[in-house]
Amino acid sequence: MVKSFGQFLLFMQSMLVRKERFAVLWKRTIDECVTIGVNSIFIVAIVSAFIGAVTCVQIAYNLVNPLIPKSTIGYMVREMTILELAPTITSIVLAGKVGSSIAGGLGTMRITEQVSALEVMGINSASYLVLPRILGAIFMFPLLVILAMALSIVGGYLAGSLTGSISGQEYIEGIRTDFIPYNIFFALVKSIVFAFLVSAISAFKGYYTEGGALEVGTASTTAVNNSIIAILIADFVLAAVLL
Amino acid sequence: MIEIHNIEKSFDGNPILKGISCTFETGKCNLLLGGSGTGKSVLLQCVVGLMQPDLGSITFDGTVFSNNKVQVRQEIRRKIGMLFQGSALFDSMTVAKNVEFPLQMLTPEMSREERRDRVEFCLKRVGLENAGEKMPSEISGGMKKRVGIARAIAPNCTYLFCDEPNSGLDPLTSLKIDELIQEITYEYNITTVIITHDMNSVIEIGDHIIFLYKGLKLWDGNKDEILNAQVPELKEFIFSSSLVRAAKRIDDETHSGVVNP
Repeated sequence: MVKSFGQFLLFMQSMLVRKERFAVLWKRTIDECVTIGVNSIFIVAIVSAFIGAVTCVQIAYNLVNPLIPKSTIGYMVREMTILELAPTITSIVLAGKVGSSIAGGLGTMRITEQVSALEVMGINSASYLVLPRILGAIFMFPLLVILAMALSIVGGYLAGSLTGSISGQEYIEGIRTDFIPYNIFFALVKSIVFAFLVSAISAFKGYYTEGGALEVGTASTTAVNNSIIAILIADFVLAAVLL
Repeated sequence: MIEIHNIEKSFDGNPILKGISCTFETGKCNLLLGGSGTGKSVLLQCVVGLMQPDLGSITFDGTVFSNNKVQVRQEIRRKIGMLFQGSALFDSMTVAKNVEFPLQMLTPEMSREERRDRVEFCLKRVGLENAGEKMPSEISGGMKKRVGIARAIAPNCTYLFCDEPNSGLDPLTSLKIDELIQEITYEYNITTVIITHDMNSVIEIGDHIIFLYKGLKLWDGNKDEILNAQVPELKEFIFSSSLVRAAKRIDDETHSGVVNP
């Protein structure tokens, strides 16, 4: 494990020395933003809207004390969404989608000698292939998390209204109660850290794939597993440090 | 000219290259010949810098490559073109983009028009002028090899390395690829190094042949000398091909004047 961590640090270092020209890096980063971000909007939207809806319905189901105002449901949906569900669940979903794509893509490039082809041309393959993926993830994860926050709250609103658990007015009142802007900042910091972890771990696993198609599959699975574990550990550490 | 001096390489204490010294001459097709697992690919990877030898030195036209500064190694690498066994085309790019890629990365001073002209020229040179817009998944194995050659020569390489250019190809396509590599070598006076265990290639384009066996260089010569080489391992390797055996028998019979019915 220590050896792997050392290898990971060297991998990160190799990505930053002999970087490609800014124009090349920029174009590659924009391409990766499309792959990582734009292509993930649909799945993030579906997951976050339903999580917001289910959270609202389940809180309403558990909130049986007549002394607690119903607007508390909106308040709790907002707090849970902003602090935990939007950044963490979105990042876990993206670890599955983006992480496996990064590891699988780089693994395939490795076993089909495309990475070697870059190296022979004198191009720093880590910098050319990995750095734009990490930057793309760091740009796009926070935007997707903001989208997830909004859609979760909207999902909660629709679910509450449609099931009759809470009126729209009460829900909005709850959403506006005791809002702490710092929580948004905290969620965005979490999303940036998770973006780095997912993209860097997946790239590391894919870049050092050896063997054939079976090993590419294994690398993708390991990348997703390790990314999720890293997200959960980082989630705890950030909550303990920043809250 | 590429000079290799006393190269050694081991993996987990298992020696793969045991002090190989040889020279790859300019303007010639230099063949690295040998069976599977004899260290040909490891030697090639050491020469192109994909692997670091444990011992020994490699010089490209007098400039030391191994153990030199990163900048010097980069300069040399930019003069290297390589055709990989599986072609290693970038599968997210069209054929033309694949050929343009090294130009885009290595010669930023070239204008878009100059790059386009060079891509057209290279694709025409390998006989693929109409395949520029195709994706690598849409072309045959032989065409992929041709695109690989076009990509390798696009930035005016000085050294061309080919890792088993005939693997997976039918005999006729193999012959065409061999001829193309030979023509390019003579035309641009480059140093070409080819890994092969195909005896047809040896007889066809072997200007300079190096035979490797269990990590050692056992023989050095050319295509005219190889059939009469007196190294038992090489003879066993050559005459394991029934076509070569038949050709040799006919040749011997012709010279001795005995013709079997």
